[in-house]
Amino acid sequence: MSEMSVDSISQEYFDILREIGNIGAGNATTALAQMLQCKVDMSVPKVALLEFKDVGEAMGGEEQVMAGIYLGVEGDITGSIMFLLEKNAARFLVSKLMGMPMEGDDFTEMEFSALKEVGNIITGAYLNSLSALTNLVIYPSIPDITVDMAGAIMSVPAIQFGEMGDKMLLIQNQFFDEISIDGYFILMPDMDSYGKILAALGMGNM
Amino acid sequence: MAEVIKVGMADLNICVSPDGITTLGLGSCVGIAIRDPMTKIGGLAHIMLPDSKAIKNNSNIPKFADTGIEELVKRIVAKGASRTRLVAKIAGGAQMFSFQGGNSEATRVGERNVEATKKKLAELKIPILAEDTGKNYGRTVIFYPETGDFVIRAVGKPETKI
Repeated sequence: MSEMSVDSISQEYFDILREIGNIGAGNATTALAQMLQCKVDMSVPKVALLEFKDVGEAMGGEEQVMAGIYLGVEGDITGSIMFLLEKNAARFLVSKLMGMPMEGDDFTEMEFSALKEVGNIITGAYLNSLSALTNLVIYPSIPDITVDMAGAIMSVPAIQFGEMGDKMLLIQNQFFDEISIDGYFILMPDMDSYGKILAALGMGNM
Repeated sequence: MAEVIKVGMADLNICVSPDGITTLGLGSCVGIAIRDPMTKIGGLAHIMLPDSKAIKNNSNIPKFADTGIEELVKRIVAKGASRTRLVAKIAGGAQMFSFQGGNSEATRVGERNVEATKKKLAELKIPILAEDTGKNYGRTVIFYPETGDFVIRAVGKPETKI
């Protein structure tokens, strides 16, 4: 199992990830709609296996300023997950959630908390779908958040994937409300946990 | 017309004056700029991990500090630079999140990348003239082998030159 990497991933695993993305985004959409008290739609998620040098481009450029929400996963599997969205989309969600427009360009502590809550809800929805599909018990840890260049934020998951191979997996979702929101979701199980997820899905090998 | 060559993540390239060379959004990765001030031949590497020997799947040379720097130096010298005149500037190695997957080794990867970079450059006897490393934010860097200027941009901060 320790030799496992996502580089030579099977179509079947891809389809399962897309399904996790689908259900997760569905759950997230419902949760977002409840939280924001408005209608939210989403598009069918795209799953991409990317070379590191192409990661920035896939997210609209390495220098695109984004909010990244990062949290650990414990329980039957261990690892971490990350959710990214464009800074303007993050501002939109925060101002909707707080019921007032954001002043200034930077997030205040209160606005960061609101953004963390958005991240919690969205990543929680994904984890629930993963948990439901695998029957594995999965708990999220307290999230950490940063607003910075896409490339810099993505270096964190890229390095984790880099310890196993030369590519990384990205799930892209589009949510629609008054504006269209691109969200990117990255699931990073620790090496031992890949095997557990696959076994739970009835797949011995990728 | 001078161009600016782009280097991606886990990638490296050489650059000859008057061209510049850039890598965008360095996070925990480290950007290593090396040049020969006489011939004005230089290059830039964007490494992700400290040590190729710690990992089995290590065929991707530019991904690691040790193999990436070696390869960059080899290519700069092959282009006509003098091995003994080479000097370096480095940037990056940030800790983007205070927590990274509950794994302290993973949290410190930026710091370890900087340490490994310094170790490799010392081993190759290439002096580090300037650095902008660590802290908790991303950096875009542009290197000009003509002057040796290493321009650093970060979100919400004024542009600096080291």
